Amino acid sequence: MNTTISIEPLTRIEGHARISIDLDEAGNVADSRLHILSLRGFEQFICGRPAEEIPRIVTRICGICPWMHHLASVKAVDACFGVKPPPTGALLRELCQVMAHINDKILHFFFLAAPDFILGPDADYSVRSIMGIVRADPELANRVAAMRKLGQQLLEEFAGRAIHPVAGVSGGFSKPMTKEERQRLQQGCRTLLEFAVFALTYGRDEVLNKYQNILQTLGRIETGFLGTVDTNGAMRLYDGDLRLMKADGSFTDFAPEQYKEHIKEHVENWSYGKMPWADSWQEGFSMDLDRPRGIYRTNTLARINICDHISTPIAQEALEEFRDLFGRPAQGTLLYHWARLIELVYTCERSLELLADDRITGDMIRHNVQPGAGRGVGHVEAPRGTLIHEYTTDENGCITSANMIVGTTHNLAPMNMSVRQAATDLIKNGHYDEGILNRIEMAVRAYDP
Amino acid sequence: MNIRLAAESLHSCSGCEISLLNIGEALIPLLNRLQLVHLPLLMDHKYSDPAGSETEISIPKAEIGLVSGGVANTHQLQVLEAMRKSCTTLVALGTCGTHGGIPAMINEWPMADALQTVFSTVTTEPVDVPNQDTPPMLDRVYSLDEKTDVDIFLPGCPPDPTIIARVLEDFLDGLTPEPVTKSVCDTCPTRRTGKSERKLLRFTANARFDSNESTASMQCLLEQGFLCMGPVTAGGCGHQGEPACIRARVPCRGCYGPVRHQDNQMLGMLNGLVSQGIDFKTIIDRKSMLRFSGAHGRLRPLKEKKRAS
Ligand code: SF4
Ligand code: SF4
Ligand code: SF4
Repeated sequence: MNTTISIEPLTRIEGHARISIDLDEAGNVADSRLHILSLRGFEQFICGRPAEEIPRIVTRICGICPWMHHLASVKAVDACFGVKPPPTGALLRELCQVMAHINDKILHFFFLAAPDFILGPDADYSVRSIMGIVRADPELANRVAAMRKLGQQLLEEFAGRAIHPVAGVSGGFSKPMTKEERQRLQQGCRTLLEFAVFALTYGRDEVLNKYQNILQTLGRIETGFLGTVDTNGAMRLYDGDLRLMKADGSFTDFAPEQYKEHIKEHVENWSYGKMPWADSWQEGFSMDLDRPRGIYRTNTLARINICDHISTPIAQEALEEFRDLFGRPAQGTLLYHWARLIELVYTCERSLELLADDRITGDMIRHNVQPGAGRGVGHVEAPRGTLIHEYTTDENGCITSANMIVGTTHNLAPMNMSVRQAATDLIKNGHYDEGILNRIEMAVRAYDP
Repeated sequence: MNIRLAAESLHSCSGCEISLLNIGEALIPLLNRLQLVHLPLLMDHKYSDPAGSETEISIPKAEIGLVSGGVANTHQLQVLEAMRKSCTTLVALGTCGTHGGIPAMINEWPMADALQTVFSTVTTEPVDVPNQDTPPMLDRVYSLDEKTDVDIFLPGCPPDPTIIARVLEDFLDGLTPEPVTKSVCDTCPTRRTGKSERKLLRFTANARFDSNESTASMQCLLEQGFLCMGPVTAGGCGHQGEPACIRARVPCRGCYGPVRHQDNQMLGMLNGLVSQGIDFKTIIDRKSMLRFSGAHGRLRPLKEKKRAS
């Protein structure tokens, strides 16, 4: 008898999704799907609105990474109106973006992912959560909660809001940074860096190393990667060129404005989520596990793989260690977590680097903006991957069309493949239990969707 | 006494749950006093047995249920109904739940047109809108109280962590949370001079202020000629001593919804502007004043309205 296993809701992830796994008569995996269940239609309802308002609207695409949408949008609006922010404005935007990355990585690693590792994939579901960690290691839980709060508070005190920000404005930033604010932020970011270095060591030695047996195998697939680098090939999050790498390690760099020449979006009729793929490889789209076509991944592992180096010292050292162990490009899906901790260190170091730049307290924060007709692409690296917003505007500077490729969606095809791989590997002859189903979800959770 | 908590997010962005997590250190004693029975962002309770029937949604019994997001598809409606059945007290957490929030901006278009637009962008392969195993969309985005009984309304996009913490603590202590009666302006320290610009400006240049001084020395942004929705928006975002956007020197856009649940932010604002002698015809995209409160039939597709008139 054929059965379908359904896992719903997917938990400890941001979105709304369900996994279905079809078993054949022998009880082995015949097919599987990761369904995205909702759709909100931002591309439609921002139409007709004054473009300068859009950065305050598209934040609601995601409450976990609103700064990313805010800033990708502000960059797209800048491009529509033909304006660039003054250096201080650009520094302030990047600072907020990398600081938002810090908060996000602490949230994902400790609140969402770590329970699987610290408490174990087979722990009862009533224990396997942040509440379980609160009970098992209250000191760690308190420290994590305090760091998360500190990160959000620093952003909120300086920029008004941490969730659904408003301080990025077309032409620059809405308020300058005072000397006192700079000092407080420096102090806070030093504390966060200290914690990040602890988190990297703790995560590597106490958490991930204990799972050597699955680190490289669970949900493992072979794909290409997409991320952002500067002209020296250093990892970048706020701006730079896109780098699209094939599974064999060869790559092409291109300006974000050219994304349409490289990326198309595939649609399956069982999911509201689109699946971006690399059209420029000219091999078509296929999620076949043995012969995937056009499939690339984004998010931390991708950025760690595509960059030649990282521009800050502690993160660079961690990158070298990572490469010695896993090569380039590393393909193990759970390695996303390790890469996430390296990025956590980078974002703290980068925040301090930006704060050390004296221009950051300058007065010239925003250029005047003349709304008008145009077309613009804005991009940043969001925690979940390369985020692209493109708008066109009419002569009043109101939106006439929009296209958005959201970080998570790049990984939808790969997540489907990782689910298939993990399910095929773990479910045999109709045998499965809660621990096995949770391991399949762990393959998805690594992508932090 | 053991107070159980269940939480769900529907047509939402997860920002409300993140705000809950931002309670910080105070969250841990709260989590220790509450027993979480269902909260998909943080814990692994599933709707049903994996091999069981797919339509069954079961949520454990709880004294308090938090629901963020409005309702826009059949699946979200089922989850809401299951939450209502399981929870003694149901809280609409966030403006999406109380008034539709940003996703209800779609209500200005027929849903089918919106789906078509999303699946025909420049990079999308030519396809039909997915319709197999994807829950059908409703005709528009609804607030929770349009679909079920809601006991407590907690607007904000997202509600400030201090507000969420207070409501949970009050609940644990057996107190009824006090409803908001203040507007954003009531919590705003900016300087009012009584002199306003006659025309409204787009926010394409920054406000006038001295960055070394507090916001108390900045002239009210509405007086400076920016559309600031403070007068018609529920207060609560101002835990740092000033409304959150004002702190960033940016005008309010109304994200806590109207001061009284049933009020209309757009009509309220237009009345206010007229009484101050401001020419509201200078506003582009007037409907955008309902960008957070487009449920309850406030925002509608243009065509339908033309037909009605
Ligand atoms: S109210 Fe705001 S923060 Fe909450 S779910 Fe809706 S959009 Fe997100
Ligand atoms: S209109 Fe805006 S700036 Fe003026 S008092 Fe109200 S909230 Fe403050
Ligand atoms: S000032 Fe207005 S838009 Fe800003 S957070 Fe407060 S209520 Fe929301």
